[in-house]
Parts: sequence; C-alpha cells; structure tokens
Amino acid sequence: MSADKIVILGVNHKTAPVEIRERLSFSNDPGTPYRELAVIPGCEEFSFLSTCNRVEVLFVSSTPEETEKKVRDFLFNKSMSYEEAGKYVYLHQGEDAIQHLFRVGASLDSMIVGEPQILGQLKQAYRDAKEQNCTGMILNRLMHKAFSVAKRIRTETDIGSSAVSISYAAVELAKKIFGSLKNKKAMLVGAGEMAELAAQHLMNQGVAEVIVANRTFERAVNLARCFNGKAVSLEELLSQLEYVDILISSTGSPDIILHSRDVKGIMRQRRNRPLFLIDIAVPRDLDPGLNDLDNVYLYGIDDLQHVVEINKAERDKEAVQAERIVTEETLKFMLWLGAMEVTPTIVAIREKADAIRRAELEKTMAGLGNLSDKEKKSIDKMSAAMMNKILHHPIVYLKQDDSHKDKKVKLAMIRKFFNLDSENSD
Amino acid sequence: MGYPLFQITLFAYIISTAAYMVYFWSQRNEMRKAARAILLGSGLLHTVYIIVRYVEAGHTPLTNHHETVSFFAWSLTWGYLSFHWRYNVRNFGSFVSPLISILMIIATFSSREIMPLPPALKSAWLPVHASIAIMANGFLALAFCGGVMYLLQERGLKKKRFGVFYTRLPSLDALDNLNNHCLAVGFPLLTLGIITGSVWAKQAWGSYWQWDPKETWSLITWFLYAALLHQRFTVGWRGRRAAIMTIIGFSAAMFTLWGVTFILGGIHSYVG
Repeated sequence: MSADKIVILGVNHKTAPVEIRERLSFSNDPGTPYRELAVIPGCEEFSFLSTCNRVEVLFVSSTPEETEKKVRDFLFNKSMSYEEAGKYVYLHQGEDAIQHLFRVGASLDSMIVGEPQILGQLKQAYRDAKEQNCTGMILNRLMHKAFSVAKRIRTETDIGSSAVSISYAAVELAKKIFGSLKNKKAMLVGAGEMAELAAQHLMNQGVAEVIVANRTFERAVNLARCFNGKAVSLEELLSQLEYVDILISSTGSPDIILHSRDVKGIMRQRRNRPLFLIDIAVPRDLDPGLNDLDNVYLYGIDDLQHVVEINKAERDKEAVQAERIVTEETLKFMLWLGAMEVTPTIVAIREKADAIRRAELEKTMAGLGNLSDKEKKSIDKMSAAMMNKILHHPIVYLKQDDSHKDKKVKLAMIRKFFNLDSENSD
Repeated sequence: MGYPLFQITLFAYIISTAAYMVYFWSQRNEMRKAARAILLGSGLLHTVYIIVRYVEAGHTPLTNHHETVSFFAWSLTWGYLSFHWRYNVRNFGSFVSPLISILMIIATFSSREIMPLPPALKSAWLPVHASIAIMANGFLALAFCGGVMYLLQERGLKKKRFGVFYTRLPSLDALDNLNNHCLAVGFPLLTLGIITGSVWAKQAWGSYWQWDPKETWSLITWFLYAALLHQRFTVGWRGRRAAIMTIIGFSAAMFTLWGVTFILGGIHSYVG
C-alpha cells in the first residue's frame, strides 16, 4: 500500500495563536467530529485528537488531496477561506505523517517537551475513534505503534524527567517555596502561550485550581475551560489575590497592573502565606518592588531563563536520542506498509501454501513406506498442481486493477484470510 | 571508666558530623544512612556515659559545666533523632550534627572533676528542673538550625541565586513547619523549666522569684519565644521573620546558659 494515503492535518501551538485555536474547539458534543468526518468522501479511516494546544485529524484516504480540502473545511467550520486557513495548519503526508504522529505521542511536539499527558489524550482519541468504527487496519496498527514508540522513548531516554522549559523552572521554584503544590491555587492574568504552558505544568503537578483573569472575559472563560478552572474579570485581581498562591501574569498592558503597596495590605489578610509571582509580560506587569515584601517571591522571565539554562544541555541530549528512535520506528512502519502492497502479498500467500504443502507431503510420505522415486515425484507434482489451482483465483482477484479503496479492502481481507500478519490479530 | 567512654562518644559524633558533611556535598543516599547510623550509635554511647557518670558521682550529673553541656548535646541528638523518626527534612542532619560536635568539644575542655554536691542542690527537683531546662535548649537549638536553613534558602530564592543550598535544602514550607514543630516542643519545655525552677526556689530559698540573672534571662528568652508564637497564631508571622526571631530567641537562651554564668554571676552560677 502506498504510504501517501496516510495524512495528518492539524493546528498546534506552533502554527496557530491561541485566538485561532480557540475557534476550533469541539467541546460541545464529543460525537460531532466523528459524525462529520465519517461522511467526508475518501475518508476511509480516521482519528480525531483535540487538546488545549492541538487539534489534529489523522486520516487514510485514497484521494488525499480532495479529502484534505474537506477536512480543512470541517476543522475551520468554514470560518475562513481554504487559503487563509493554510497559514495556520500543518499538513503531513506519508512518511512525514507517520513521523509526526510518533513525535506527538512521544511528547516531542508538545509545548512542554516530555510532558506525559499527551500520550493519554492520544490513547483516548484512538479509543473514541475505534468505538465509532472510524479506524481500520492501517490506523489500528499505526496508533498502536505510536503508543509503543512513546513507551520506548520514555524508558530509553530521560526526556520526561529533565527540567525542560521555563514553565518547568517555574514549577520547580514553586515547589521550593510551597513544598507540595496540592491544595495550592494558581491564577493566570492575561492569556498567552507561556502563561498557558506554565498553568498546564502546574496542573500536572496537582494544583488545586486555576483561575483565569483577562481583559476580555470571554477569553478568560475559554481558557479556564481548558484547565477546568474558573474565570474572573481583571477588576477582581486584587480581591482574588487573597486566595491564590501562584500568580502568572502576561498581559499586554503598558503599565504595571499590580503595585507593591496594594499587595502589602493583602499579605496581612493572607496571614503572610507565601505568594509566588511570575511576570512573563513585556513590558512588565508587576512592580519590581514586590520582591522586597516579606514572603513574596517575584520572578521575571529572565530569572526563570536562568534556571532553565542549568538544565538545557541535558535536555538536548535526550531529545536527540528520542528523535533517533522516532526515525527508526518510522522506517520500520514504512517497511510494514510496503508489505501491504500486492506483490509481496502474493509471494507471501504462495510461500505459506507451499510450506503447508511440503509439511503435509513429508508426513504422508513417511507413512506410505516404500515408494519409488517416480511415484514420489508424481505425488509431489499433484499436490503442487492442487495448490496452484486453489490459489489461482484468489491471486487473479488480487491482481485485478481496482480502485485504491477496493484494493486495500481486498488486501486486508486476503491477508487476514491467510493469516499473513499473525502480529495483527485484531 | 567515664573519661575514655566520653572520648569515644566525642570521636563517634565527629565521625558522624564528617559523614553528614560528605553527604551534603555528594548527596549520596548511602552516606546519609551511614551518617545517621553513626549518630544513633553516638547517642547510645552518650546515654551509657551519662548513666556511668551518674553512678560514679552518686547524684544527677547536671551540676557542672561539663555535665550540662554534654547533656545539652545529648538532648540535641535525641531531639533530632526523634524528629527524624517522624518526618524527614532534607539535609537537616548536616546542620545539626556540627552543633552537637561543637557542644561536645566545649564539654571536653571543661573540668570533668566530680565535686561533692552543694547542699542547696540536694533536692529531688535537681534532675527534674535541670533536665527539662536543658532539653528545652535542645529543641530550641533544633529550631535555630531550621531557622538558619530557612534564611539561606530564602536568600537564594529572593536574590535568584541558585547555588549549593538551593538544590540541597528543602522547601521554605518544610523549613517553616520544622520551626513550628521544634518550638511546639521546645517552648512548653522552656515554660516547664521555669515553673519547676520557681517551685524549687520556693522550697530552697523561700521565694518563688528572686530576680537572679539566670531567672531574669530565662524570662527574657521565654518572652521572646512567646512573642513569636503569639504573632504566629494571631497575624500569621512566618517565614523570614519567624526564622530571625527563632535565632534571636536561641541567642538569648544561650546567653542564659553561658553569658549569665560567666559574665553576670548570681546564685545559679554553681552550674558552670
């Protein structure tokens, strides 16, 4: 089978800003994407992955170009033209698509490289697609492979455990201040990639609640939904400060939004519980004087960068090793796909039948006793002729020029019939 | 036989301290276990030494400077071990063990001669009052070590310097809790030490309170800690301020122990 039938179309945090990604959220009814994708012509097998940072459709189509157009329309819900949408999507086909999927599963394509959630989300997406009968032989195998590649990378490299980014550094610092992050509350002020990322990471560490404050309330609500948190308006910032422990600020405000004198009074109300402030906005959101208050720890983007530098070299080494594993596994999968082509299938059928014939022949010969060489030869010939005649029609049937779709079904059926892929028993 | 035993104990404490230092740099877990085992052994030897001393002297061995400081080190050791048993504070041992060794060295250089018990000390209150007061010092010393660790960690976090202490010391929260726990034991002991002393004073000298320098200073110490605890419970004083206050409080306690005896004198000065 040709690998070019495998296509991935999607948007992620690298290709599209949060405003665009928001438009693609399909959170209302989880069944909708499956129903809508299933009716797209040529979409033979597909799965649909939607997380905070990524929306992706993986599909197998014998007419990839046409199908891709329809899938793109579906993704953007016709909210922008095909060309305009092109600015925000990535499209991978064949080997690239396989490699991309493996990288996603192994968390190499994540905002926080090595974060473990994505594998669970991918598994869930596959389970959903399978329940809706949207997957077939190719996707079943491809997805299972992606899971095992991710597992392999996790065990063979340290990608999951090393401090990898600024947000990780923020979490590490938070832990040095608060010990455990359980029961701690985090607040995002303003929505931005970095802030989201840090919040995501804090969530992974078991933070009790994420509160989102934003100038446009609607945006806050959307973002809060990603973290199962609550949204507040920017005016509530000060009153909320009494309850939150970690604040990540990244507004586009030209002025300082939180002054030292405001927080001073709040610290008394907080009974001096520590407050960890992270300012990743340029220009600054938070008064630098805040760091001088007792039990208040203010970190800017440069301070965090400093923490990151310490761990960076280590991370790069692990990522290189992980990428090598991805390449290796992609090649392996390409080989398997190649085996799905007609000719190798025919050879495999013949080999299998011949092996059976020989084994049975040997058994029979042993029981028959004294036969002349000539007699033995004619029995051999007879069995070979029988085999060829039995296989003749299936092989002719396989060789027939059909549409791609039929050919794939045929191949899958015949391969199953003769049990040629004992590995792929489902 | 007391002296060689004391020397062996001192030596064991120093080895344990060295092991804790090596652990602090290497952070190898085997080293931590070894250091802890040696400290436990030293603590047991020390206990035997105190019993032997009791038998040799014929009275509670808390009447001179050597005995007092040695018992202080003993309280600190067991206070630390008992704490450790309940919950773990990373690298706490590396701060406590040097203090134990220093106390033991001070004890070595003080006279170990056994003197006949002065008549004023012939009382059942001697073991009760003296041991409680010194055990209070043990826990206050633990709080002091926690306070120092807190200030080191807090300084790194405020100044954004991530050196040796940043990775090795536990979180601020853990250190603040440690401070709280140590004071929760140390402060009641201190209170009890003052009360028993006062009751004993009534029996021995006929009055509960004489404003003798030791009494005055122990009261000052008590007020410092009481103020800290009061602020903690009412307005939630914690962190740096609590740590500094703990260190000031401990300095006062140490002045009560040494400063009063060597500088101010007074009726308590036979102890020392």
